[in-house]
Amino acid sequence: MKLVTIAGAPSAGKTAVTLHLIRQLDKDGKRSAAVKFDTLGTTDDQIYRERLGIPAIQGLSDYLCPDHYFVSNLEEACAWGKKQEVDFLFVETAGLCYRCAPHVKGVPAITIIDNLGGMEAPRKMGPALILADVVVVTKSDIVSQAEKEVFAHRISQVNKTARIVHVNGLTGTGVLHLRRISETWPEANALEGLSLRYSMPASICSYCTGETRIGKRFQSGNVEKLLLEENAA
Amino acid sequence: MIIETVTILAGHDKQGNPEPSERVDLRPGDSLALVGPTGSGKSELLSDIEQAACGDTRSGRTILINGEPLTKAPSGMVATLSQKTNFVMDASVEQFILLHAESKGRDGGSLMAPLMKMTNSLCGESVSQEMSLQVLSGGQSRALMIADIALLSDTPIVLIDEVENAGIHKFKALEVLAGHNKIVISATHDPVLILMNNTRLVMRNGAMTALLYATKNERRHAENLKHMDDILMRAREDLRMGRTLEMQEET
Repeated sequence: MKLVTIAGAPSAGKTAVTLHLIRQLDKDGKRSAAVKFDTLGTTDDQIYRERLGIPAIQGLSDYLCPDHYFVSNLEEACAWGKKQEVDFLFVETAGLCYRCAPHVKGVPAITIIDNLGGMEAPRKMGPALILADVVVVTKSDIVSQAEKEVFAHRISQVNKTARIVHVNGLTGTGVLHLRRISETWPEANALEGLSLRYSMPASICSYCTGETRIGKRFQSGNVEKLLLEENAA
Repeated sequence: MIIETVTILAGHDKQGNPEPSERVDLRPGDSLALVGPTGSGKSELLSDIEQAACGDTRSGRTILINGEPLTKAPSGMVATLSQKTNFVMDASVEQFILLHAESKGRDGGSLMAPLMKMTNSLCGESVSQEMSLQVLSGGQSRALMIADIALLSDTPIVLIDEVENAGIHKFKALEVLAGHNKIVISATHDPVLILMNNTRLVMRNGAMTALLYATKNERRHAENLKHMDDILMRAREDLRMGRTLEMQEET
């Protein structure tokens, strides 16, 4: 079984692109399963089951940091995938803050970004984009050729080694490139001992454990203050 | 990559029957029109070319570049232009051109004048460097996109999906692109535009059914149609600008 992690901003088209890729793989007789990690709720696992008839589950992080939750459960997700006896397991992450890269060294990593986020978007996205093996650009069909080229160029400036693939999330045009790349992906070995491509942020303050009130009195644990003059004095 | 030929090898129609036209060969400077009713498979053929299909798309077609199928994903081979493409950037025309040139490692300053000149030759309403991309009309945007593809994008193939209604000098657009040694493939319903292409490929039921060359007779027809189109364009322009048609000479 090949394990693949998928990251990207909300609404960039993570599920849409993955659906198209799974359909392509299915034509070659390759079976897939999907795990969707999210925060409070998702219907994406249902979409995978209903539209493609493939095994799919969801994991909701609820009060935990979604990326911490994701990495804490990756082994289990992979074990579940192996039980489904599939050729590909797609693990789709929540796609929230740009602090992390929920990608693992040695596990094929796709990051999805859309062409509408502005020309600075590739520079702002951080490790999730910088450390991906494949960057899929969506919504290119509605921007000019020049903007598409400049955007791709900006991506290649921050991630010089990634393959950049344009996919139309609605029609699936371009997903063939992705399928061809999928042939080069390695089989998943044991995850234990592998490393994340980028460290995750510390989250051990009172708000991590459910505190909601504002004010110094309610803050404990790992708390850092913005260096404003009043604080510095 | 220097492209000498692009070949479309037939696959099958929607029912799986082999396509009547077995192959289409194109060289730089060639223009091909795709004709056929909605649902006949024009967009699918464009998509096959865009993805450099190797018998792995629904149509089963294979695209050969210089006689060989592409082994890796073709990046920067194909530029696309459709009615749906827009500028989404917040920038002036000048900034836009400089930015695109920079990403291609080219000197935008020296390209500015020819690019603006070409843009303005493609549409009726003049475009200047200071204008924001967001105030450009559909026609102005399309004109700038075409000039930009011709002069700045180094993609050897241009795919055009029905841009005839965009208010540009469509014949000139075709000349400009093919004149820059591009292979231009356009899906179109416009009779004059169809006849302006060297060849036209008839699509039906998802299949390439015939490759036609404009005959001498058709070329004569094309001149007439073009003349009629000019009259229509001029009338449209006059009426749009608040003028009357009283001043127009009867033709």
